[in-house]
Amino acid sequence: MVDRKRRGQIQQAPENFLSQELIVDLNKNGMDDQRRGFMRNGFIAALGGAVGLGSSLNAFAAGEGDPAILEKQVWQTTLGKNVATMPYGTPSIYEANLIRRESPGLTRVSAASVAFTPLQGLFGIITPNGLHFERQHQGWYNVDPEKHRLMINGLVKHSRVFTMNDLMRLPSVSRIHFIECGANTGLEWGNVAVPTVQYTHGMLSCCEFTGVPLAVLLEECGADLKKGKYLLAEGGDGSGMTRTINLDDVLNEAIVAWGMNGEMLRPENGFPLRLVVPGVQGVSWVKWLRRLEVGDMPYATKDEAVHYNDLMPDGMARQYTSIQECKSVITTPSGGQQLLDKGFYNVSGLAWSGRGKVKRVDVSFDGGNNWKTARLETPILSKALTRFNIDWVWDGSPAILQSRAIDETGYVQPPIKLLRDVRGTRSIYHNNAIQSWKIGANGEVSNVQVG
Amino acid sequence: MFKLANFCKSILLVITTVLTIGSVYAQNTSAHFPGIGRDATPAEVAAWDIDVRPDFKGLPKGSGSVEKGQQLWEAKCSVCHGTFGESNEIFTPIIGGTTTDDIKTGRVASLSDRKQPQRTTIMKVATVSSLWDYIYRAMPWNAPRSLTPDDTFALVAYLLNLAEVVPDDFVLSDSNIAEVQKRMPNRNGMTLKHGMWNSKGAPDVHATACMTNCVQFVQIGSVLPDYARNAHGNIAEQNRQYGPFRGADSTKPPLDKLPGTSAEGMAHASDMHVANKGPAAMFKAENCTACHAMNSKLVGPSVADISSKYQGQSGALDKLMAKVKNGGSGVWGPIPMPAQSQLSDEDRKALVTWVLSGGK
Repeated sequence: MVDRKRRGQIQQAPENFLSQELIVDLNKNGMDDQRRGFMRNGFIAALGGAVGLGSSLNAFAAGEGDPAILEKQVWQTTLGKNVATMPYGTPSIYEANLIRRESPGLTRVSAASVAFTPLQGLFGIITPNGLHFERQHQGWYNVDPEKHRLMINGLVKHSRVFTMNDLMRLPSVSRIHFIECGANTGLEWGNVAVPTVQYTHGMLSCCEFTGVPLAVLLEECGADLKKGKYLLAEGGDGSGMTRTINLDDVLNEAIVAWGMNGEMLRPENGFPLRLVVPGVQGVSWVKWLRRLEVGDMPYATKDEAVHYNDLMPDGMARQYTSIQECKSVITTPSGGQQLLDKGFYNVSGLAWSGRGKVKRVDVSFDGGNNWKTARLETPILSKALTRFNIDWVWDGSPAILQSRAIDETGYVQPPIKLLRDVRGTRSIYHNNAIQSWKIGANGEVSNVQVG
Repeated sequence: MFKLANFCKSILLVITTVLTIGSVYAQNTSAHFPGIGRDATPAEVAAWDIDVRPDFKGLPKGSGSVEKGQQLWEAKCSVCHGTFGESNEIFTPIIGGTTTDDIKTGRVASLSDRKQPQRTTIMKVATVSSLWDYIYRAMPWNAPRSLTPDDTFALVAYLLNLAEVVPDDFVLSDSNIAEVQKRMPNRNGMTLKHGMWNSKGAPDVHATACMTNCVQFVQIGSVLPDYARNAHGNIAEQNRQYGPFRGADSTKPPLDKLPGTSAEGMAHASDMHVANKGPAAMFKAENCTACHAMNSKLVGPSVADISSKYQGQSGALDKLMAKVKNGGSGVWGPIPMPAQSQLSDEDRKALVTWVLSGGK
């Protein structure tokens, strides 16, 4: 008989099934084989090796069924770790492969280089802070926030100085935007060069940024926005990174930001302050932002005079090319990946436009001959990544997957051939061509260009 | 009472004085946000507002000769950029690829005739202000903001002399730099005629969204070269080793058939978790890679060069451990290696042992 009074009440946990000494020891030293032995009393498993068995045991062992179900696993039968064992949490050890990586040979000095985001393993539209791509021009620092200042001068009534204390008291906004390096996919202008989406498209991230609108700060300083159509943004690092910002275009959207996905900016991404310029290439999102100067002409800084200009076939360079045009890429399956078997797949990817919202994404499985419209997942935000998905049943024969994004202005992401017809192959920057992934009969996905 | 009131008055006076002095520094002209921010002092603006525009607004007064520029260059710049600004070892070359004809036309011919294998800085840069501004704000690489305006005039003069823009006896100054601008080889090589400065700009490429029977013959124009399949490391270690999208083991030839759900023939999870520790990781984390590469000379010697120089030498470990701790110079060139006192003895030993082994 069930005691009705006791029903629904919390039962007291069985105490003392572990000795007090063992609990103290576990808390201090964590779990190891020896301690597991104490706890599990004769349950013998190849604990280190067990990690590797998962995949080969996927197929059921003959007999009663899947050992992953039939056998009790260590995590079901022993005590797990304490709260705050990792005071700042880190991903599972099984995620260790998904990290930022450099492209060997791209640059010769790691303090002036790029680390790419592993897009092949990410879901949704938000990039985890630890995986946000990095582009450093002269190395990064942990800038002391107490000593960081933002100066605003130039065509303003009052040149002003703000501390972080000042800035973080101001009315703030939080907005989700993508950031893409102007040189993303730049290695692929002439021909296929790199194996995976991490290296073809990984200078791309998307975060929720928090900060004060640029317009609020400029108004506070009495900026002359009739004469002052240009803004020089300057960083506080050794490179004193400077870029000219088109005030006419971005005044209402740019943010002087300190927050990134709910926490402060990471040091390699500009802690404690960076400029967020939605839709514009990443180099203009000046990190460690220390000065804004309102001016009446563009500044032709080094990264506007030597780099970040698009060389055209006639030898002229397009200067101040800033907008990241509409683009998309399939992230799974993508280059270098290996499909295990034929059958159903959720083909998934990212689309974005520096001119507004993504309106539609089409996917082709036959190299661009026939297209189907993919599902756009919410939220669909202006100048943010948009996730798309489409069902696919792979019959095991070779296929070429492509995605093609269309933005709200009606602009259609072009095939590489169309881009080359206009811009040649030497511009380095702003390659927003349709990406093709070939899937071989062996299930290996490889980077190819069609046409 | 009177006395006390007087006393209070004088305190007030003192307080007022303090406030007045304070407000020179912290004057608040805020329109909307009382208590937030303050006016910048002229000295503060002068300290930070160092940018130089193409119209030379912001250029300080000063001058520097080609000759002085050469001395500075050889002392501070040539180790990375080469004696003639031609080096391609650490950064892309600065000088080369321009002609006296280009100086006349203001268009660098090699940008369109493609005879130059690599684009140099002088081929691309249209504005001499860009060179001045950048050298002054960010060079040398490991000691930015250490050059004076006169140093900067001299260095720009030297570079322009290498490119035959100015003669050997030239002295560049704030008063003649505008004349020099008229001789910049690529001064007419930039265009603003494009739709990518403004988000409302017109695109230059117009694709259509065809849905069916769009391409008669799908032709693959370019594939990943075989040597590039594994050039970025093993792709299996760059993907999840569970779930539907594994990475191909690029250290081995492609599989000859689909692995099936058992993932037969594929790398397994127990092979992974490449330890992100050890001397190789430390070499990077401690910023050794800022000056030392594995096989090529950067600011300092390569790991391979150090290893072969000290191969078989007794006492090499102790000698190099001391060098890492205290810094040193003179063995490989004039640029001193800074002391790395932050390393523990144990880490230092592991690092040096690893370097001496050639990074194995």
